Amino acid sequence: MMDLSSINPVVLAAALMVAATPILLAAIGELVVEKAGVLNLGVEGMMITGAVTGFAVAVTTGNAYIGMVAAVLGGAALALVFALLTQYLMSNQVATGLALTLFGLGLSALIGQGYVGISPPRTPKIDFGWLSEIPVLGPVLFRHDPLVYVSIFIVAAVWWFLRHSRAGRILRAVGENHDAAHALGYRVRAVRVAAIAFGGACAGLGGAYLSLIRVPQWTEGMTAGAGWIALALVVFASWRPWRALIGAYLFGGIVVLQLNLQAAGWRIPVEYLAMSPYLVTILVLVIMSSGRARRSLSAPGSLGRPFHAAG
Amino acid sequence: MTTPLLAIEGLTKSYPGVVANDDVSMAIGEGEIHALLGENGAGKSTLVKAIYGLVRPDSGQMRWRGAPYAPAAPHEARATGVAMVFQHFSLFDALDVAENVALGMDDPPPIRQLAARIRKVSTEYGLPLDPGRLAGDLSAGERQRVEIIRCLLQNPDLLIMDEPTSVLTPQEVEILFETLRKLREEGRSILYISHKLDEIRSLCETATILRLGKVVASSDPRAMSARQLAELMVGTALTPPERAGLAPGEVLLEVTGLSHRAPSAFGTSLKEISLSVRAGEILGIGGVAGNGQDELLAALSGELRSKHQAIRLKGQPMGRYGPNTRRALGLLCAPEERLGHAAAPEMSLTENTLLTAAWREKLVRRGFIDWKRAQGFAEKIISRFDVRTPGPHVAARALSGGNLQKFVIGREIIQRPEVLIVNQPTWGVDAAAAAAIRQALMDLAQGGAAVVVISQDLDELLEIADRFCALNGGRLSAPRPVAGLTMEEVGLMLGGAGDMEVAGEATAGAAEGAAHAET
Repeated sequence: MMDLSSINPVVLAAALMVAATPILLAAIGELVVEKAGVLNLGVEGMMITGAVTGFAVAVTTGNAYIGMVAAVLGGAALALVFALLTQYLMSNQVATGLALTLFGLGLSALIGQGYVGISPPRTPKIDFGWLSEIPVLGPVLFRHDPLVYVSIFIVAAVWWFLRHSRAGRILRAVGENHDAAHALGYRVRAVRVAAIAFGGACAGLGGAYLSLIRVPQWTEGMTAGAGWIALALVVFASWRPWRALIGAYLFGGIVVLQLNLQAAGWRIPVEYLAMSPYLVTILVLVIMSSGRARRSLSAPGSLGRPFHAAG
Repeated sequence: MTTPLLAIEGLTKSYPGVVANDDVSMAIGEGEIHALLGENGAGKSTLVKAIYGLVRPDSGQMRWRGAPYAPAAPHEARATGVAMVFQHFSLFDALDVAENVALGMDDPPPIRQLAARIRKVSTEYGLPLDPGRLAGDLSAGERQRVEIIRCLLQNPDLLIMDEPTSVLTPQEVEILFETLRKLREEGRSILYISHKLDEIRSLCETATILRLGKVVASSDPRAMSARQLAELMVGTALTPPERAGLAPGEVLLEVTGLSHRAPSAFGTSLKEISLSVRAGEILGIGGVAGNGQDELLAALSGELRSKHQAIRLKGQPMGRYGPNTRRALGLLCAPEERLGHAAAPEMSLTENTLLTAAWREKLVRRGFIDWKRAQGFAEKIISRFDVRTPGPHVAARALSGGNLQKFVIGREIIQRPEVLIVNQPTWGVDAAAAAAIRQALMDLAQGGAAVVVISQDLDELLEIADRFCALNGGRLSAPRPVAGLTMEEVGLMLGGAGDMEVAGEATAGAAEGAAHAET
């Protein structure tokens, strides 16, 4: 029998932010990458690499924050492999991204062999004092771990960077028309490599959030499609940071609600939800490969196109 | 003699297999509009890129007011006082005008201050611009303004303009020339690259002519006829195409009320287009780029389907048919983009014949490709249209623009179409090949086919077409006989200078642009 009264909206809203954070981190990183005109389908691989490096380093050092830094570096390192292949060796971005995902899944399984079943050091929640005592708002907004706030800060920073800074304008220009940017004397490759590294770092941090805070444990393949959802989110957010935030929270809400509904006795096979990231990904890939749809969604003009400097 | 602003001495630059600039020397004086003339592939672009710091010369040197000048990157060139307006506008569609301008500056002020300066400078020079509009919504003329303003804000001593008028209506060209003369009066120099000889004769006082990377002449263009200049550029005497008049026959292609939504966000919607072409007639469709040319060709070729009755070939409706059915019925097309649309770049010429001629030339039998026949057909095109290539096994990409264009147009003409539609048949093609293509189109009409030529080259249309109509914002004007049509009338048909003359009207244009973006 279903008992909806067991679902507490306040708890639900609080859990939603936690569920959304890893996807949000990965999505905001990929958003910057795509704004620079590069399509990196390796988000899932970078995420899980971040998850395992973060977990391993946190367990070894006993400090979760050092683990997160390691996750950032791990994600960025894998992203730089992608950058080397696509920007300097001119490999195909789609194929390389897919390979990166497979590689990341395999590599993480290898590294993580000795860490299954261990608990990581805890990440304390931030103490906001009286703020967290406010009814409803307190538990929803002010009783989280630091990364939840860091992720929101990153969204704001990316928004400001893309919208108001000169470097952000150059990044958008490179993504919009790389030939013109080159003609004006901008270093297309350097901008793109930097963006790819940032995307990897964010994905790595998102992965670490899963293994260190949300779950918190290491299991093989634990990202379970979160990277693909992040990719889809970037498209549905039409490459706008705040929309990505809303989208991530919506998705987090659905995940949490579904869990709650199951707990309340509503029987929907878990497989349906497990399927959804892949369905969504297929849909997004179809959209991305059609020139018309890309235009009407206001995708960056040079997205996924290889850049050869002429002359 | 005074020191020139920029002196180039013995500049040489070679790429694998081709010497783009061979011992080029020239001098640009202070306050002078200097023309750089030459065919495609003569080395103009390479020379200009060297001046702008995009290309490093192999040998030779440049002097700026007597001092050695060797820019390693565009920002060094800009710091010296060189600014450049590119041929293919280096604008970013999804960014607004002010942002586009800021990207071209080395040390841009905050966007709001910049927007105010753009408004001020652009009105001063008679080129009003709204800094808040998206570049993707601007017309070609306005886009060029953005580039010019971007350069002017740097306060340059030398302004390089690469083929600035190729996308402008005659009235817009006049406005541009006024601005350029104003700049000269201020003591700035302009290096003006073009192959339009009349323009150069009315604007420039010195001309350097390049052919195959070498300077072949340096002279005062006003003292020479356009024909002399052309022959210096090409190196041989040119014969203009000829044809005898022919009484037009029955109507072969009839289009009525053809409308189509823009297939992409920055594309153009076709609005109620009607036209008819008779046997033996060439209909010229002029218009500035981005007014619906690509969409019109796609609708006629069958790449875009429309209402079945909107397009009729000899009375038979065919709006719903795809390209293959239309080809089978006798309607053939040659699109503008050679590489990637008319031909597959990585495939051989033989394979490329199959793209459009498989059915009409029976190159496919029982589902299998008849390679012998295909190769024979490719060889036939190569010999009849004088395509310079080692043979039909060569990849399409390896051909020069002019030769590939002769190939793709020839491929359609040999199939004896009843109606042929071509878009920009001589774009980026050298003068000799262009003359050959025009002659071939006229011969085809002479043989009783109906030909539609969509082109931005007005001289070309006036030369070969019987009737002329203008495509403007997706609408087609009523046709006018070409005989007796003046350039000014043509300009008005193309929409004249449109919203460009008065600043107040420019904002009205902005509103229209916004409305257009919504549709």
